[in-house]
Amino acid sequence: MTARLARTVSSLLAAAVAVSCTNYFEIPIETPIRPKLDVSAFQRVLVAGFISGGTEDVDANLETVRLLRSQLRTKSELRVIDADVLPLMEVATEPRNGNGSDSAENSGEAQPAPGPIKDEKDLEPFEHVFANVEYWKRIGEEYQSPLIVTGTVMFMPHQRSGFVQREQEVYDSFGRRRVVPVRTYMERKGFILKPKFIFIDGRTGTTLYSETFREEILYNANNSTPALSSYFELMDRLIPSFLSTLSSQKIRGTRVLLK
Amino acid sequence: MRLHTVLVALVLTVGGAAPARADARSDAKKQVEFGIAVAQRGLWREAIYRWERATQIDPSYAAAYNNLAVAYEHEGEFDKARTAYEKAIELEPDNALVKQNYELFKEINDRTTRKDGQ
Repeated sequence: MTARLARTVSSLLAAAVAVSCTNYFEIPIETPIRPKLDVSAFQRVLVAGFISGGTEDVDANLETVRLLRSQLRTKSELRVIDADVLPLMEVATEPRNGNGSDSAENSGEAQPAPGPIKDEKDLEPFEHVFANVEYWKRIGEEYQSPLIVTGTVMFMPHQRSGFVQREQEVYDSFGRRRVVPVRTYMERKGFILKPKFIFIDGRTGTTLYSETFREEILYNANNSTPALSSYFELMDRLIPSFLSTLSSQKIRGTRVLLK
Repeated sequence: MRLHTVLVALVLTVGGAAPARADARSDAKKQVEFGIAVAQRGLWREAIYRWERATQIDPSYAAAYNNLAVAYEHEGEFDKARTAYEKAIELEPDNALVKQNYELFKEINDRTTRKDGQ
């Protein structure tokens, strides 16, 4: 034990001597992030479904449900409920029977069927469903009061033209290679992903928290990246933020220590 | 005669203060160096103790506050980290490395507090 202590002390002294020869040190750190939402009251989570729109090449509702469930299974302590995806668009267009929260519109008449969802404005006629406390309470009772994850997902094609900076190799008269920035006019196309995640308390049907994200990706117009690949690439960027709502995360980075 | 006495006293005071400051910085620096050595081995609580000592010994030592802020950040004590970074920047406003650390810290801190809904 004494020998071990001596070894530790001498290694620390050696390190301190090494430290005294340099002025700054890069050090890896892991910053713990507390979850934004206190989910200690829940044992289960139901990713219920989303109202989605944009391109028809990807079923953003189904893909988002699958992706979030698989992420939550491995990266959260909540038990993920496997259930059919809720037909939220149908629910939103059903006649309201007086159980909804928005009593002014409780006439019992069917809502006019909204058209296809092409952009964010088209989502508006459906959004009242998230405030329907009775509906979510009923879903909560059906699945033993879980935390419910729902919301909207827009995955839209996008085009933008303009100058972009890229690097180009050039060789001078001596044959030496250099890389210089060049501004070029380019036609680009890609996608915008804009999900809004809504977290609902399955015991009361009320919204606990919601958060909107926006990510976009652009490719050279000649590039033919499949829409589904772009969808996953964009979701990859925002999954850590989604997870940090429910469970503690560690963000790896480096900082500089000074002498 | 009286003027002479005052001048001698003044010289002694000014002359004595500088070595005292130098001693404080030298003592604080030892704490900072030891703190770095232990932090590099993952002993962050010990590092915090050392850097807190350094700031007590020499409250004008920006590096000690910077390191303390990094350690608080690592421990998830964000309020303390922000205070320590701000003190380090107040002491050395032109130190690019401290500012870089602070920007990275703020990015994470903002991400954890961002809300658009309830």
